[in-house]
Amino acid sequence: MEATTPTTVSKLNIEQIRRDFPLLSRDMNGKPIVFLDSAASSQKPNSVIEAISHYYRFQHANVHRGVYQLSQEATTAFEVARDKVRDFIHAPSSPEIIFVRGVTEGINLVASCFGRKFLKEGDEVLITAMEHHSNIVPWQLICEEKGAHLRVAPINEAGELILEEFEKMLSDKVRIVATTHVSNTLGTINPIREMVAMAHAKGIPVLVDGAQATPHMAIDVQALDVDFYTFSGHKVFGPTGIGVLFGKEKWLNAMPPYHGGGEMIKTVTFEKTTYAELPHKFEAGTPDIAGVIGLGAALDYIQEIGLDAITQYENTLLAYAIKRLKEVPGIRFIGAAKNKASVVSFLVDNIHPYDLGTILDKLGIAVRTGHHCTQPLMDHFCIPGTVRASFAFYNTVEDIDRLVDGVKKAVAMLG
Amino acid sequence: MSINEIQDEIIEEFALFGDWMERYEYIIDLGKSLPLIGEQYKDEEHLIKGCQSQVWLHAEKDNGRVKFTADSDAIITKGIIALLIRVLSNQSPDDVAKAELYFIDRIGLKEHLSPTRSNGLVSMVKQMKLYGLALQAN
Ligand SMILES: Cc1ncc(COP(=O)(O)O)c(C=O)c1O
Repeated sequence: MEATTPTTVSKLNIEQIRRDFPLLSRDMNGKPIVFLDSAASSQKPNSVIEAISHYYRFQHANVHRGVYQLSQEATTAFEVARDKVRDFIHAPSSPEIIFVRGVTEGINLVASCFGRKFLKEGDEVLITAMEHHSNIVPWQLICEEKGAHLRVAPINEAGELILEEFEKMLSDKVRIVATTHVSNTLGTINPIREMVAMAHAKGIPVLVDGAQATPHMAIDVQALDVDFYTFSGHKVFGPTGIGVLFGKEKWLNAMPPYHGGGEMIKTVTFEKTTYAELPHKFEAGTPDIAGVIGLGAALDYIQEIGLDAITQYENTLLAYAIKRLKEVPGIRFIGAAKNKASVVSFLVDNIHPYDLGTILDKLGIAVRTGHHCTQPLMDHFCIPGTVRASFAFYNTVEDIDRLVDGVKKAVAMLG
Repeated sequence: MSINEIQDEIIEEFALFGDWMERYEYIIDLGKSLPLIGEQYKDEEHLIKGCQSQVWLHAEKDNGRVKFTADSDAIITKGIIALLIRVLSNQSPDDVAKAELYFIDRIGLKEHLSPTRSNGLVSMVKQMKLYGLALQAN
């Protein structure tokens, strides 16, 4: 990748985009904020904030219940947002889009419902060594309950999945593969299409954690042929507390419901309840209506900028960041995958990430430090954690320059 | 000196610093210079796990006073530990158990003792006071 100065090659009007995000003009510790923690949660454009506010001011009523006009309008707005999600990930149909609280709940739903139906003693669930705790613990819980085993496909020193090892581990005991699309700690983009083809050749379904992929690249669940795909609204410039689980209809129909309650039933008697059709079967209770509408607005915003333009701009930002950070003596990058999203994890000499993060905070620079909820991955690299800078399309060359200056200053103080 | 006299002394010292950089440079120096704990105590039993940084703490009674030694893998955390030890070590168990620590706030390091920071320091202060209580008895 040639590290040209991003703004000169970008089709995006970054100045305009930054004005859409009110938070980016605030200060932190008395300095204009440099926000480099979008992988943890991204900031929100005005259009999202306004959509939520508009909904509460003019549209709110419970959905799918009232015969009156207002409830119909709320229901329409809610279902229009579901269609937007369907288009965003190119799902075949809207009933395959389940609203959940986020990736964590999406994975718990599948682990619990798929696991209850299809896992038995001695079976295996295959994950990778770079998973977020959200894609480890739910599987451990169901495996423990069922007497099944969690298997972990290894990675190489660059932080890439070793595909041949992964393929070898697809034994006839494996009932499901659960993998991240993009590593939140390393930025590694996994070869989902190849992984799915390998798993499907053995008749094994695949769940993909799309938390870190959806903010950065166009997703087509049909082209990837994944069985489940989940992502969080708050990482794609939408509200917190809302997320999406896509599941192929055949799997969603075969699985028992997750939560029981209103909305998810067809008929209830004390003897026997029959369940509603998809997607309602998995959406018990009053949903996060405002969150869904806010998410719809966020997806509109992203689509308007265009994911291909976003990927291209972020790639140049990433290359520029790596090039500039290499100026720091003693810097060591954790994760050097050939195929990488805009996440840079690093350490400098033996400086503790907490110390580096503390000084950067004082300089107005927000980065993440620690193990990023990927403790087994940190153990693999024998490090306590990293400093992670992650970029979104609203970040600039100047942000990276301030990061590099900040790191140099912190190293001078700490080294 | 009593716990509060030491706290006031530290507050006065910090008042001399011009900005946050000077304060942190001082903390970092403290963190770098002190041998804070015997290697034999840097084990699982003495470990206070924070999500961000870890702390090891040991206490013993010597001539009726509590002696604390501690360490951390992060220098800034360790520098703050050095201050906490300066305030609480060599005091009577009773005074340690009852101590009101106000100096951290006054020298502008409050955020390091916030429960959300998860660097092990909040639990460490709690643990120090518990040692104070436990060592009163014997
Ligand atoms: C790869 C990955 N998976 C799962 C999650 C959990 O997402 P949420 O907290 O939105 O449920 C995250 C968030 O940090 C993540 O980065």
